[in-house]
This record gives sequence, C-alpha cells and structure tokens, in this order.
Amino acid sequence: MASQAIFTPDHFRAERESDWARLESLLKRVEKGSVRRLSEAELVELPRLYRATLSALSIARETSLDADLIGYLEQLSTRAYFLLYSAREPWGRQVVGFFRQGWPAAVRGIVPELLLAFALFMASAAAGYALILADPGWFDAIVPPGLANGRNPQAGVQFLRGTLYDAPGQGGLEIFATALFTHNAQISILVFALGFAFGVPTMLLLASNGALLGAFYAVYVPKGLGWGLTGWLMIHGTTELTAIILSAAAGFHIGRAVAFPGPRSRLTAARHAGERAAIVMIGVVIMLLVAGLLEGFGRQLIRTDDARFAVAAAMLALWTTYFALGGRRLGAR
Amino acid sequence: MARVKVGLGRRLVTPEGVALNLRLAGAGARAGAFIIDALLMLGILIGVTLALLAFHTGFGGSIGNVMLILWLLGFFFLRNFYFILGESGGRAATLGKRVMKLRVVARDGGRLTGGAIVARNLMREIEVFLPLTFLAFSGSRGLADQWTAGFGLAWTAIFLFFPLFNRDRLRAGDLIAGTWVIEAERRKIGSDLMRGEAAHAIDFSAEELEVYGQYELHRLEDVLRRDDAAAMAAVADTIRAKLGRYDVPGDRAFLDAYYRALRRHLERRLLFGQRKRDKFDAA
Repeated sequence: MASQAIFTPDHFRAERESDWARLESLLKRVEKGSVRRLSEAELVELPRLYRATLSALSIARETSLDADLIGYLEQLSTRAYFLLYSAREPWGRQVVGFFRQGWPAAVRGIVPELLLAFALFMASAAAGYALILADPGWFDAIVPPGLANGRNPQAGVQFLRGTLYDAPGQGGLEIFATALFTHNAQISILVFALGFAFGVPTMLLLASNGALLGAFYAVYVPKGLGWGLTGWLMIHGTTELTAIILSAAAGFHIGRAVAFPGPRSRLTAARHAGERAAIVMIGVVIMLLVAGLLEGFGRQLIRTDDARFAVAAAMLALWTTYFALGGRRLGAR
Repeated sequence: MARVKVGLGRRLVTPEGVALNLRLAGAGARAGAFIIDALLMLGILIGVTLALLAFHTGFGGSIGNVMLILWLLGFFFLRNFYFILGESGGRAATLGKRVMKLRVVARDGGRLTGGAIVARNLMREIEVFLPLTFLAFSGSRGLADQWTAGFGLAWTAIFLFFPLFNRDRLRAGDLIAGTWVIEAERRKIGSDLMRGEAAHAIDFSAEELEVYGQYELHRLEDVLRRDDAAAMAAVADTIRAKLGRYDVPGDRAFLDAYYRALRRHLERRLLFGQRKRDKFDAA
C-alpha cells in the first residue's frame, strides 16, 4: 500500500465539517423567516462561516477529487452568497425610502417620456373634440355605448346637467370606488407592460383614452356645460389622469431603453429602465387608489363647482410639488 | 480555465474571487413552477369566494357590500401581488418555485431590489393575463372571431416561448428587471468514500492507475454511491478487462479498492499541479 500522505481529504473534511453544518443550520433558519431571527453573535458568525466555506471550496477544487464533496460545498456557498449579497433592506425601511426618495426621484427620471405622454394625450383629446364637433356621428365610434350611458351629442341640456350635479341615485359608493380603483389600476399596469413592445400599444391605448375625454367635452361644451364638466372630471382627474400619463410614460421609458439603448448594452439599459419604471408603477397604483376614493366619494358628495375645483387644484399642487421637490437633498447644489 | 458557457451553466465570481457555478432553470421546471402557482392562485380565489359567500349568507345577506369590496380588492391583490410577495421573501421564490427548487437572482449577482421584483412580475400582465382576458372576451361573444383568436394565439406564443429563444432563458419580465431564475437545490453531504480501510487491500501498479483520469473517477464515484449491483458488475467487468486482471473478490470490494487507489494517485498528482482530466488526457 502506498504511504499515507500528510495532507489527506480525510483531515480536510473532518476539520471543517462542523463549520459547514453550522452554516447550513443558520441558512435554514434565515430562509424560513428573516434575518431578525438570528442573534447578534450569529449575525457576525454568518459571513465568517460563508468565507470559510468558500475557501474550503477553492481548496477542495484544487486538491480533492471527491465530486460529491465539491458539489455540496458549491451549493452551500451559493446559498450563503445569495443570502449575504442579495439581502434586501427590511420592509419598513424600504417603504420609507420609497416615499421619501425613491418615488419622486423615479418620476423625475422619466420627465422626457412624461412630456411625450402628456402631449400625446392632449393631442388625442383635441382630436376627439374636433372630430365630434365636425360630425357627431363619430361619437359612437369613439365612446362605447355602455360608457356613454345616454350622454351623447343628442342628449338634452337638462339631462346632461343632471349627470353632473344630481345626487347619486342609490348607495353603494364604496363598491363603485373599489371597482374603479381595481379597473383603472389594472389598465394602467397593462399600459405600462405594453411599453415593452417599443411603446406602440401604449401610445394606442393612451390616444384612445384621450379621444374619449375629448368626445365628452364635445358633448358638454356646446351646451354651455364645459366648466361644470371640468369640475366634475378634475376632482379626481388631476390625480387619475396624472397617474395614467405616468404609467404610459413608464411604459415609454422601457420601450425607449429597449429600442434605443444608447452607449450601454441593450440588456443593461432595459434593466435600469425597468427598475425605475417599476418604482413609478407602485406609485401609480397608490395614486389610483386615491383617485378611486375621490371619484367614488368626493365627486358624488361634493356637488358645487367651486369646491370641486378647490379639491382638484389642491391635489394637482400636491402631486407636482411632491414630484418636483420630494427627495432632493436640502442644500445640495 | 477558459470561461465557457455550456448549456445552462453560468459562472459567478464572488467578491472574494471564487467562481461559483450556477445552473439556470430549464424551461420545464419554470413551466412547472408557474402551473403550481397558477393552480394555487385559482384555489385561493375559489376558497375566498366560497368563504365570503358563506359569511354573506351567515349574516343574513346584510353585509353584501363589504363582501363585494373585499372580493374586488382581494382579486386585484392576488392577481398583481402574489408573485411579488413570494419573491420578496428570503428565498426569492414563490411556492411553485420552491417546489421546483428554483429562485430568482439578479443577473449581475448583486442585490435583488424591490423594483426588479415588481418589474418582472408586472410584465406578466401582457405575458399571461392579457391573452387570458382576450380568450375569455372572444369566447363570451359566442363564436370566437377567428382573427381575434388567431392574434391572441400568436401573442401568447411569442411571450410563452420567449424564454426558449434566448440562451439565458429570460422571460420578457426577466429582461427588463435584470434577473434570471436559477436552480437552488439543497443537497446533503455524502459519506466520505475514503474513510476507514478498504475491505480488501489490493495493490495496483502505477501503470494500472495511469489508465483512467478524473472523469472516469467521478463516474466510478457515482456508481459506488448509487450502490446498484447490476451497474457495479458492469463497471467492474469493464475495468477488469482494461487492466487485464481477474484475481479479485466481489465487485463492490474490487471497485472500492480501485477507487481508493486511483483517487489517491490522482490527488497526489494534483498536488503537483497535474490534472488528468480523462483517459484521453496524456498530460
């Protein structure tokens, strides 16, 4: 029999095996719950055990031919690596960071797309308005009958005034508000996701929404109800339209990064755009929740133009100030 | 060693300078994980709906509005946040991914941010839910319009098979989030085949140990660990024929002795920096 070498895998493994078992048990506990389950001492121990396992892996690769052992060390190191280097901040701090800095900064990062989306929306609204004034026949093509609900160019002034100022017929405002919120949020997520296809479907959806708005103006303005309609729409519209334009802008942002990545690689550009746009989208869902409440309750309960305009202006001021100034360091130049 | 990307294997170099070999999840495993998650979501939806209905009738039908709101919100959150919540946990995997032993990681090996998780999962809206709504919509029109159905089918196919058309198996969502899905198997440490003494000490000459290399040693290790009599008999016969010796005890004892001798021999050469990869490696 060949003479026993001084360094053998037997010694190697026996000396370190307890460390590996310890790391494995710590990993199991963290993966089940959270890092907070570990004591202070164990938190310090974790990176030490990780580095010990990693160095054992490199030694084993160079000296041992035990495939099973190397495979085991490989997966243990990988698990520990992702736990240590991929760990996220606790939820609470993430939420605070989102409102204090992440959300307004992400919105400021997509200003060019925001302007494009706004311009497109306004242009399609103007187009819808002009089309119907020229030929009321267009109304049925632009507005689905279920949505129009009798509010078409042939409707009388009295009826139209009623749709703006009358008390709601029955209760159930809260269901109305919830349904509005979930529906609008789902649409805006769709608008965002469609941005991936170079932004073209997003443009179509945004344009059809704009045309819809223009169509309603074309019904109300000739009857002298333009001002009232604005109040009726804008009490929640300043929030909701901003949210929809934001979601379209987030979609464009991704579409632009995929189509024109610039000096970065396409994948890197897409990743940066995706992350920023996703943060905007979380904000959009929150804004739509606010808009749903304003539309469901505020609009039906507040029935004078002045009060409606006050709420609308306040919301608009709130959002623009927040997005323009939120998260900027004081004193930073 | 040359940096090679073969199949689904990928290399990640840690900040400590050690390369870790990752394996991307195959299309089958990911489809399986998604089906489990989808069934689970459907189960939750049905369960919650039934529970709310039971509550509603239990309270004499007086709280219908609250129930309806809960259902609307519940449906919205389930549809949009099931995946996000699952992947926000410590294991970065939904239940389906856990069952299939997968996890989501950032492609650059760094921190998996909340934004990335949200981005990759909101894209499901056009990958899964839009075609579904589409089908339901055209189905409800009675005779599904052929063009619509065809368009819906093509759309679904593009996004469904998207991961198969790039070598990193990226979904559209992975693409914009900078993530990919890897296998996250947990394995137990096996017994040390070199521990203790061999049942039969057999001397092998240096020439007999020169025949094979690392590759064959690992196949031999597999066979010994599996402990399958038929496989061991076949392997033992092959080795005996190659070495030209038939003087030996049972298959298991012979293979065990040869494994120990070969591994000791190759590991000693390894200490001097000579790695013999397989039997064709003349180095």
